[in-house]
Amino acid sequence: MAVLVYTENWDGRFKKSTYELVSYAKAISDMMETTVVALSIGPVEDKELEKLGDYGVDKIIKISDDLYSVLDNQVYTRVIADVAENEDANVILLSHNNTGKALAPRLSVRLKAGLVTAVIKVPSSVEPFTVCKKVFSGKGFVHLVVLSEKKVLTLSKNSFELVEKKTKPGIEEYSPDFTLGDFKTRVEKVDKQTGKLILTDAELVVSGGRGMKSPDNWGPIEELADLLGAATACSRPVSDEGWRPHEEHTGQTGKVIAPNLYIAVGISGAIQHLAGISSSKCIVAINTDPDAPIFEAADYGIVGDAHKVLPELITAVKEYKSEN
Amino acid sequence: MKIIVCLGNVPDTTTKIKFTDDNKKFDSDGVQWVINPWDELALTRAMELKEDSNNSVNEITVITVGTLGTEPTIRKALAIGADNAVRIDAEPIDSYFVAFQLAEYLKNEEEDYIVFAGIESSDYNGSAVGSMLAEFLNLSSISAVSSLEMQGDQIKIFREIDGGHEVVSMSAPFVTVVQKGIAIDPRIPAMRGIMMARKKPLNVVAAVECAPLTEMLSFELPQPKPPCKMIDADNAKELIDLLQNEAKIL
Repeated sequence: MAVLVYTENWDGRFKKSTYELVSYAKAISDMMETTVVALSIGPVEDKELEKLGDYGVDKIIKISDDLYSVLDNQVYTRVIADVAENEDANVILLSHNNTGKALAPRLSVRLKAGLVTAVIKVPSSVEPFTVCKKVFSGKGFVHLVVLSEKKVLTLSKNSFELVEKKTKPGIEEYSPDFTLGDFKTRVEKVDKQTGKLILTDAELVVSGGRGMKSPDNWGPIEELADLLGAATACSRPVSDEGWRPHEEHTGQTGKVIAPNLYIAVGISGAIQHLAGISSSKCIVAINTDPDAPIFEAADYGIVGDAHKVLPELITAVKEYKSEN
Repeated sequence: MKIIVCLGNVPDTTTKIKFTDDNKKFDSDGVQWVINPWDELALTRAMELKEDSNNSVNEITVITVGTLGTEPTIRKALAIGADNAVRIDAEPIDSYFVAFQLAEYLKNEEEDYIVFAGIESSDYNGSAVGSMLAEFLNLSSISAVSSLEMQGDQIKIFREIDGGHEVVSMSAPFVTVVQKGIAIDPRIPAMRGIMMARKKPLNVVAAVECAPLTEMLSFELPQPKPPCKMIDADNAKELIDLLQNEAKIL
């Protein structure tokens, strides 16, 4: 028996969420008294792979063939399912991100393994296997039991702390026998902004709403975000109006994020917006309307005009930075 | 070519969530049911593709797994413009069960088709049915799709990746799991559409035996948040102090 964790890489690098997932895998494997096997697909240097050993991985299986650089959900599912069979893995874990959401359901069917997506804590018991996740876009929680012998879970970002546990995992190369013809997904072009902080990865986020009044007023939001090392986001009306790109839309139908700090400027806090940000560890609201619902979700609030408050906040952050 | 849009029937997104029966059940009392928001965007995009005469899309079918109570939601989809609907008559127990039912129905489909499924449902937030369906049918699936364009038989899909997107080319049949961006504003049924919807075919199909793989035990409401600490607008510095020393974030 083993816990298999799919450790996705981005241009050969792991992210914090990868280590969160590995820490989570270790916690489950301790409860089940078994081992953690990590699977890495695509070219990753051994030096990077060894970092997984900081969080309790017992064994690493790598597929370094360049053929597997393109995500084909069908091929990946077969590869992960084969490794799960070979390693006799009963629990298969993926991050709850684009890739995890694409693969976990397919794996569930292929392995006839009960699926729970976006889990937020370790199982309350492993026999029966009982886990908790958010439902109704954060307006409730559900406790579920997975009835099948095998289980597939995806873990929500920023919901499980990193736990260091040094191990010396062996690295094994695995060569599945797929050919280019098996890859039905043909990627013609990749458009990627490099150097820009990715909203769903960001620990700090500064977000603007309709209260900013015009796309020309985004300067202070961007300046504050820059100073803090934060990503920028926006509410739905702002992206619908084309003031900001759709990738920044945060809310129920847009991005659901879980940063450590979310600063909402000129956002009234419609229930659909709150659904996308309610997992933030700390929420700051700046709004002219003291009755705006955002203040019910916020930890700290300032009633005031963004155009006056933001410059002061920027000055205060600059002072803080020069002191620290 | 046919587009099949998977429909979920969910509580309106502004619903105040309550549980009943010792927190074992969702309290549907007084709930307004709607098309799952992402499925509504999927249907909207399907309509746009059918209306463009350069494409070979000639039919849109909406399909759902649900009891009789879901028919108003299905009729709404027909009023928006779907040509016909299929309701597989069963209580949707879990994603595996739902995807299995859809696959059992679609496996006999002979015409070339594309399945549109929303990235998640706004009730149980499973993010599962579309991709599960693809695996059952042994079809390709493209997930996190924020745009889909057609040129004849060539289909160009924008798949979101961290910090950007990939342009992927596909040919039918396949499953696409769509999200924000696939369409901007969902369509609202017009009076003419509502009238026509009454006459459009809604086929009710019996469910096939399938054991679910998960079971919901109980629900919980989130803990109420402590009240928001208000800071004077002239005292932005205090906020920074609090974030540093109280919240310990900076």
